This record gives sequence, structure tokens and C-alpha cells, in this order.
Amino acid sequence: MHELAVTESILELANQAASENGASRVTEIFLTIGQLSSIVADSVQFYWDHISKGTPSEGAILHFERVPARLHCKDCGESYQLSEELLPCPACGSIALEIISGEELQIDHIEIMKEKDDTTG
Amino acid sequence: MTQRVEIVRKILDANERIAAANRALLDENKVFGVNMMSAPGAGKTSVIMETLRRLPHGVRAGVIEGDTAPVTIDADKISALGTPAVQINTSGSCHLDAVMVELGLQKLDLKLLNLAVIENVGNLICPASFDLGTHANIVIASIPEGDDKPYKYPNIYRGLDVLIINKIDLLPYIDFRMDYFTRGIQILNPDIKIFTVSCKSGEGFEGWMSWLMSKIPAKDQLKDL
Repeated sequence: MHELAVTESILELANQAASENGASRVTEIFLTIGQLSSIVADSVQFYWDHISKGTPSEGAILHFERVPARLHCKDCGESYQLSEELLPCPACGSIALEIISGEELQIDHIEIMKEKDDTTG
Repeated sequence: MTQRVEIVRKILDANERIAAANRALLDENKVFGVNMMSAPGAGKTSVIMETLRRLPHGVRAGVIEGDTAPVTIDADKISALGTPAVQINTSGSCHLDAVMVELGLQKLDLKLLNLAVIENVGNLICPASFDLGTHANIVIASIPEGDDKPYKYPNIYRGLDVLIINKIDLLPYIDFRMDYFTRGIQILNPDIKIFTVSCKSGEGFEGWMSWLMSKIPAKDQLKDL
């Protein structure tokens, strides 16, 4: 539901990095989105197509790397991937769990094109 | 030829920087800030009002009310108690962010306050992602919402300091498995403080109030202003 705010932040970070690096265009953006981050990629893409217009990031391709949620049991040391429902440790039934991954909401890197390379106008 | 530029930043980094500035402003003024989140109708405003009524003499609070529609229903209720209230209309947005709170804090006279209560937009998904710069994140759950909420909306319960379970006076009428509910909460957040309360009867408020009072920093009081 808050994908618009998230997409606006992606655009701001990408355009800022482009300007700091003397780029005329951003061509690709690589994002890491955890399973638990409640972000719908299609929705980000939808907003992106609208709000990136007229900026150096217009037309940039968004790549989403989805990270599954992994939990670690503090009692027995078992590590497991969360399927759908939040369940206690499958090995010992403990609820003393730590979330190791799946909460990421990060921009990793972008691909830019500098003025002199940009032949597409 | 394209060129790779490493960024490796949290997408909501800008929000987090403003949140940190909000927290510094509250600290400077010795004001304890709380972010109250919940589903619509869980009783955020009722819990806030009951909390305000129970604050000891000399502890001054200010409230920032976030709503998606341009209404002042909640701010009016708070003002009627004699507490300064600032209404923020998010213009349809589903959550408060640190910038909106920064604007809200500017409208409160922090020098005179001990406690800043921020009532977030009623929503169990979006507010979880936006740090506002408060000292404590609090969710108000309620019995009629059902006991499956930690399993369906796991994010909101992460990073919480306190969970208030409201409307416990309705337990005899509703199939709500408290064990199942709290097990889900503990998987997500083992260190959370849980208080069960009823705004209707006042039950359980002592525990929550004493936790809150223990967090409010000492400040030279301008008692008779």
C-alpha cells in the first residue's frame, strides 16, 4: 500500500546518484526486497512508469531481487525458511526465533549512462 | 556503455535521517515521543484519551493526529481534554512519515511538554516501514480484530516496544485465543512489553501508565504556566 512512497524514494536515490556521477541517464536499477517487507513489485513498477517520466531515470529497468524470510532458532540452532504461516521452530517447537533475512528494502546499484556515451538523445 | 554505480542504501534512508533529527529534537527538549499504530477502530484515540486523563499533575502532553481525510474529529476530542493537538492530513496517504511528524512537532511547544503522542493513520501495513523519530513504537490491538493478526500482518509487530491489547472486556463474547495471538507476537518480537486493557472499564491501565511514566525523562517543570 505504501509503494508510492517507496517508489518516490527509489527515484530520489537514483537521480541523486546519477547527478553525483555526471550521468545523463539511469538505465537499470537493482533492488533487494525481502519477503517480509510488504512490498509488491508490480505496484512499484506501476508507480515507477509514471513518476520517473521527465527525470534522468525515465525508462530505467527495475530489477527486483526477492529475499526469502529465514529464521534461526535460538534454542536449538535450527535455521529454516519461512513458508507462509509464521510457525514455531520445526525442529524443537521453540518460539525464541531470530529473523535472519527477509526484511530488506534496499537499493543496491544502478547502471548509468554518461553524456558522451548517450547517443540515443 | 553503461557504468555501474554502487549505492547500497536502504530505500527509506531519507525518511530515517529525518526521523533521527526528530528524535534529537525531542531529546533536546526532554520529551518522550510515542508512535501509536493500529488497525482502524482498535481504539487508538480512546487509549490516548484515557492515558491523557491518567497522567499525573505536572506531566504535560501534546498530540499529533494523523488522518488520511481532512477531518479534525480526533484532534477536537483531544483538544477538549485541554491537551494541545495538531492535526495532520496525509491527503490520502496510508501512513505518517518523518517529514509530516517534523511539521507536526514544529507546531507543538516542546519546551513545555514531557510527552509527545503521535497517532498514526489506522493501518496495519504501511506505518510499520516508516520510522517517525519517536522513542517507542506501540501497536494497539483489539479483541474484535481477531487472534490471527500477527500471522497476517507480521511486519507491524517487528521493532515494536509495546503492544496494548484493548477491548479485553469483549473477551467473553468473542472467540479470541489469547495464547495463539501472543505466540505469534513472541515469535516476531520476543522482547515486547504487552499490556491488556479495556478503555471501557479502565482495567489494565495501571501497568501501561507505570511503564510510560518510567520512560518520561525528568525535566525542570514550568508547572504553573
